[in-house]
Amino acid sequence: MLQVILKRIAIAIPVILIVASLTFFLVRMAPGGPFDAEKVVPPQVMKNLNAVYNLDAPLIIQYRDYMFNLIQGDFGPSFRYPGRSVTEMIFTGLPVTFELAFYAIIVAMIIGSLAGVIAAVKRNTLLDYVPMTIAMIGICMPTFLLGPLLVLYFGIYLEALPVSGWGSLPGDKILPSITLGAAYAAYIARLSRGGMLETLSQDYIRTARAKGLPEHQVIIKHALQGGLVPVVSFLGPAVAGLIGGSFVVETIFQIPGLGRFYVEAAFNRDYTMILGTTIFFSTLIIFFNLLSDVAVLLMNPRARSQT
Amino acid sequence: MNQESSLWSDAWRRLLANKAAVAGGIILLVLIFLAIFAPWIAPHSYSYQNLELGAQPPSSEFLLGTDTLGRDLFSRILYGARVSLLVGFVATSVALVIGVSWGIVAGYFGGRIDSVMMRIVDVLYGLPFIIFIILLMVIFGRNIWLLFGAIGAVEWLTMARIVRGQVLTIKTQEYVLAAQAMGVSNIQMFRKHIYPNILGPIAVYATLTIPQVMLLEAFLSFLGLGIQPPMSSWGTLIRYGVESMEEYSWLLIYPGFTFTLTLFALNFFGDGLRDALDPKISSD
Repeated sequence: MLQVILKRIAIAIPVILIVASLTFFLVRMAPGGPFDAEKVVPPQVMKNLNAVYNLDAPLIIQYRDYMFNLIQGDFGPSFRYPGRSVTEMIFTGLPVTFELAFYAIIVAMIIGSLAGVIAAVKRNTLLDYVPMTIAMIGICMPTFLLGPLLVLYFGIYLEALPVSGWGSLPGDKILPSITLGAAYAAYIARLSRGGMLETLSQDYIRTARAKGLPEHQVIIKHALQGGLVPVVSFLGPAVAGLIGGSFVVETIFQIPGLGRFYVEAAFNRDYTMILGTTIFFSTLIIFFNLLSDVAVLLMNPRARSQT
Repeated sequence: MNQESSLWSDAWRRLLANKAAVAGGIILLVLIFLAIFAPWIAPHSYSYQNLELGAQPPSSEFLLGTDTLGRDLFSRILYGARVSLLVGFVATSVALVIGVSWGIVAGYFGGRIDSVMMRIVDVLYGLPFIIFIILLMVIFGRNIWLLFGAIGAVEWLTMARIVRGQVLTIKTQEYVLAAQAMGVSNIQMFRKHIYPNILGPIAVYATLTIPQVMLLEAFLSFLGLGIQPPMSSWGTLIRYGVESMEEYSWLLIYPGFTFTLTLFALNFFGDGLRDALDPKISSD
C-alpha cells in the first residue's frame, strides 16, 4: 500500500519537472520579447529591462536560474505588473478559487450522489428518468452558457441574487458555485447511479437483505461504500475540469480568483505569469490525481490486495 | 465478408430501434445540411452590418432577430455551424489518426514497446491540457488551423487506449494466431483481421469525441482565445450574446439553444451507436 503511494509520487515528481521545463521553453519560443507591445524604448533602457528580468543571459542559464528559483517556490516577477511577483499573485487569487471550487464540489456531491443513488434504487421509475434526463442536460449545457442564463433569470429577471463579485454582497457566492458545480453534479449523478446499480446486484447485498436489514440500512451501510467508488475516482480528474471551469465562472461573475488572473495574463501576454500559473495548475492537477487514486485504493479492498 | 455485413446490418437494426439515437441522428443530418448549404439558405449576409437597424427582436424579416450591429442572427448561426462543425470533424480526425495509430502499434507489437507507449499515455492523461492549449494559442497566435491541431492532439489519448485494448484482444484470437503461423505479413494481418474488428469502437468513440471537441472550441472562443472575428463559431456568438444579454436576450438564447441541442444530438447518437455496435458494453 505505502509502496504503491511512494511509487506514484516517484512518477509524479519527474512529470512536474518535465512539464515545467516544457512550458519554460515553449514560452521562450514565443515570437517577440515581452516588452515589444509597449512604445519603442531606447536601446539602453531595453538592455536594462532585459538585465533586470534576466533575459540577457544565455537561455540555458535562464532555465537553470528559473528552475532553481521554482524549487524554492519563487515564480519570478510579473512582466505586466512591475513590482509584483507571480508567486504573490498566485497566492492572492488562490484562496478565492479554492473557496469557489470547494462550494462547487459540495453542491455537485450532494445533488449528484443523492440523485444518482435515488435513481439507482428506484430504477426505471419516474425518480430515475427525470433526474437522469436533467443530468444529460447538465452535461450538454456548457458552463459558459449555464452561468449567463442563471444570471439572466435570477439576477436580471427576478432580481433575487447578485450577479457579480465575491464576498461583497450577501448571496453573491450562490450563483457562481451552482454554475461551476452543475456539470459535476450531472456527471456524479450518472457515475453514482452506475456504481450503485452494480453494487446492488452483488451477493453481499443479497446477504444483507436476507438477514433482514431494512432497505435503507442495506443502502447506507453496505451499498454506498462500493457504489460511490466511481465518484471518488472521478473527483481527481475533475479538478482539472474545475480549473478550466473557474476560468469561465470567474470571468462571467467577475471574481478576483486565479482563473481570471490566468485569462487576463493570457490576453496581456504576461509571459512570466502564464508560465508560473501553468506550472502551478499542472502541479495541482497531478497532486489531486494522486490523491484520488490513493482514496480509491483505500475504499476498494479488492484494488488494495491486487497491488 | 458475409459475416461482416451481417454484423453491420444487425447494428443498423438496433440503432433504428433506439428512438433517442434516431432523433439525434436526424437533427445532426439537418444541421450538417444547413451548414453545408448555408450560403444558399441564409436569408441575409452574415457579415453585412446595418448600424441604423441595430438590435432587432425576432420578426418575419429577421427570423431570430439581429445583433447590435444589425446583422441577421439566423444567418450568423448558420455560418457559425460551419465553423463549429468543421472544428468538431477536423479536430476529431486529427485525434483519430494519432490515437488509432498509437493504439495499434502499442497493442500489436506489445511487450516493451507497449508498456513504454502506454506509460506515455498515462502521464499525458494527468496533464492540464486546457491550459496547454491556451498557452499555445497565446504563444503562436489565434490561428484556426493551430486550434484544430491543438485540440486534436489533446483528444487522442482515450482513443489510443480503446484501440490498444481492442487490438490486444483480437491478437490472441485463434484465427489470428493461425494467420500468423501461416506467415501472413504485418500489413496483411492488419488489413484483413485487425482493421475490420476495431472499426466499430472507433466509430463509436469518434462520435462521442466530436461534442467534446466542439465544447473545447466554444470554451476557448468564449474566453476570446479561439475563433477570431469576422469569423464566428457558436462559441463566439454565445460570447457576444452574453455581452448584450441584459437588453437583447435573444442574442444569447438562440445560439445557446442551438449549441446545446447539437451537443445533445451528438451525445444521444453516439450512445445509440455504442449500444448498437457493442451490446456488451452497457451505457453505465
